[in-house]
Amino acid sequence: MNRLVTALLLIVLPVVAAAQTTAIVGGKVHTVGPQGTLDNATIIIVNGRIHAVGTGLGIPDGAETIDAAGKLVTPGLFSPIGRLGLVEVGLSAGPVDSEQRGERFTAGFAVADAYNPRSTLIAVNRIEGVTRAAIVPSPGFPDDSGSMGHVLSGLAAVVNLGDEDVVDRPAAAMVVTLGEGGSHFADGTRAGAWLTLRNALDEARDYGNHKEDFERGMRRDYVHSVADLEALQKVFSGTTPLLVNINRASDIEALTRLITEYRIAAIIVGGAEAWMLADEIAAANISVILSPAYNLPGNFDSINARRGAAGILIDAGVRVALADSQSQTHNARNITQSAGNAVRDGLAWDAALRAITLAPAEIFGMGTYAGSIEVGKAADIVIWPADPLELTSFPDQVLINGVSIPMVSRQTLLRDRYMQSQSELPPAYRD
Amino acid sequence: MKNKIAALAGIATMALLAVACDKSAEDAADAAFASRYKALPGTKTLITGATVLTGAGERLEDADLLIDDGRIVEVGTDLNADGADVVDAAGKWVTPGIIDVHSHLGVYPSPGTESHSDGNEATAPVTAEVWAEHSVWPQDPGFVTALAGGVTSMQILPGSANLIGGRGVTLKNVPGRNVMDMKFPGAPHSLKMACGENPKRVYGGRGQAPGTRMGNVAGYRAAWIEAADYRDKLAAAENGEGEAPTRDLRLETLAGVLDGEILVHNHCYRADEMSVMLDIAREFGYKVSAFHHAVEAYKIPDLLAEADTCAAMWADWWGFKMEAYDGIRENVAIVDQADACAIIHSDSGLGIQVLNQETAKVMGAAAKARGEVARHR
Repeated sequence: MNRLVTALLLIVLPVVAAAQTTAIVGGKVHTVGPQGTLDNATIIIVNGRIHAVGTGLGIPDGAETIDAAGKLVTPGLFSPIGRLGLVEVGLSAGPVDSEQRGERFTAGFAVADAYNPRSTLIAVNRIEGVTRAAIVPSPGFPDDSGSMGHVLSGLAAVVNLGDEDVVDRPAAAMVVTLGEGGSHFADGTRAGAWLTLRNALDEARDYGNHKEDFERGMRRDYVHSVADLEALQKVFSGTTPLLVNINRASDIEALTRLITEYRIAAIIVGGAEAWMLADEIAAANISVILSPAYNLPGNFDSINARRGAAGILIDAGVRVALADSQSQTHNARNITQSAGNAVRDGLAWDAALRAITLAPAEIFGMGTYAGSIEVGKAADIVIWPADPLELTSFPDQVLINGVSIPMVSRQTLLRDRYMQSQSELPPAYRD
Repeated sequence: MKNKIAALAGIATMALLAVACDKSAEDAADAAFASRYKALPGTKTLITGATVLTGAGERLEDADLLIDDGRIVEVGTDLNADGADVVDAAGKWVTPGIIDVHSHLGVYPSPGTESHSDGNEATAPVTAEVWAEHSVWPQDPGFVTALAGGVTSMQILPGSANLIGGRGVTLKNVPGRNVMDMKFPGAPHSLKMACGENPKRVYGGRGQAPGTRMGNVAGYRAAWIEAADYRDKLAAAENGEGEAPTRDLRLETLAGVLDGEILVHNHCYRADEMSVMLDIAREFGYKVSAFHHAVEAYKIPDLLAEADTCAAMWADWWGFKMEAYDGIRENVAIVDQADACAIIHSDSGLGIQVLNQETAKVMGAAAKARGEVARHR
């Protein structure tokens, strides 16, 4: 076991990518950008960025070459929701760093500082193609001291799953939990959850408009701390949309009214009944993160959950990112299965790939920087032996910011120990 | 109305408990809760030109399949059947109905309200007396979505809060007004047992035993000691030696396991704990039919093969608790490679709809690690 840990530590040491040029040659490249799909194409990467994409490109002198002949090449996958790097083991195994508790910091609770790029979950997911992820706080259920989460659980971040400069956006979205889920954090009432949000927005707006008066003690007392009110300024300035956990159609209607009233932007997470309001959601410019295989009425907020929802929303012009319905964190890698199921239910293949790459990047304000294979963007690239939405297809190589990551995880080490060890020693003694 | 039913049930239970334990009472229970499933009248149907995976390890190309009266009559090529409805399955695949050996449909139905939470009798660590079928709500929409995913039979188990959680039941997910309409004719009952974190968390959290893994093991062993004593007294009484013990639903189920009539399905993640459970089975002379979840089965495939115990596993779930932390994609492949019995299960109303996909992931992982795996395997 100690040897295993040592091996892991060696593997996650940062790989320096100084002034490096790499060429990925001969693959079928799904750019998910304006260039569409290119056969037998070359991608030139310089210093972690995509320098050129096309067919018949010359390879710069001294470039490291990756042969992708006969392979499929896609942008890195973007996990749109989850807690990668914020949890190792969720149950009875120490703190879960995504969980917000208490009244002291709510909207200001930011998970970026807690992100652990050395978590074993990072390698497990990145070797299967996940290169970036939104990591999201959530309201914690009461702990031993009775402290519990809040309707506003704070700032989601975007991280890349590389080894250096890992936090891309520390304040990518403001997480809010409403509906049945939110009622748990508002004395059991749905309306109370909405009021909690409105009160926070009202206080933040008042604070933002009268900061000097506030400093001089000339404003009324606020429920929220200065850290919370400062965080909420980002919502009003347009850099940080609300990320709203919500499923029921009536709550979605209430959300469209609220964001119109406050002139703010929102993303829906969950959205089991969003397909019923596809046109309204498109008109309100709200994006949706959903699990396409989720088709059971888990509670009365999702009575109308159905397959095919992703296609209905995308056809109506809604930007949709696909999440995994079973495990959003340990198996963030399974968004390819979600995308494949969305295709089964009628979504076009290209649209499904976009929904796990460029669409989530755009939703989290990263659209000009990542999510597609376009000149100038970060070189997050996955080389696949076969259709990435097929369940038997696992990446041959993954690049994050132009760096080829070691295709090793704690899981592959365990596999090799128990499946492929040539040792004659009893199993417990093997490397 | 509800109260009246509860009261009547109470009286009936007391009456049953008052009956001294003899075989006729058990037989009456078997009759009362027997399957009432009946196949609908079928049309003679010929499926032609399919690729057939028989489920028994064969792959047949361009094969025909004749069905009549709810039964498979013949599988072969160029079959003729006068008057049969013909289904042209050229270019299609035909498989047996998928069986999920681990489901909680009906006992944890949708919507998952508190009032629907009927899968864990978490009021004592050993509740061998409860039967999952008496919690099953036939209107669970999950039965229908599972059918759409190709599942035609499933084992419904009690949850894993308890060391011994009660009897499981095998159902066909057909429409029924009560569970007996769905019960798979002739399928044996199972006994759900659970290792590890769940029982010790549920009861230890209340300051009650078991609070540790050693507490878990003491709990199983104490139950089997009681069961063996009950069985021995019963056998003695049948030979005219001594009084039969008063009928006890809890011990009746456990004695059923010792007699080999009820099959043990044991929720257990860690390799070391599965190994201990096999030791306990040897101590008391019962067999573990399958370990469920068995996230670390790949560490002990030889022990599983030797004990003729199956591992029912997920394709890739891992890490949601400590005992699931060592999960790997090749778990199923390694168990299968050792010629131990490997099963893919769902334990999920969503997963049960895509068991074919879960199997594909397993095949993909196996192929990547050790080369191509045949689909019919």
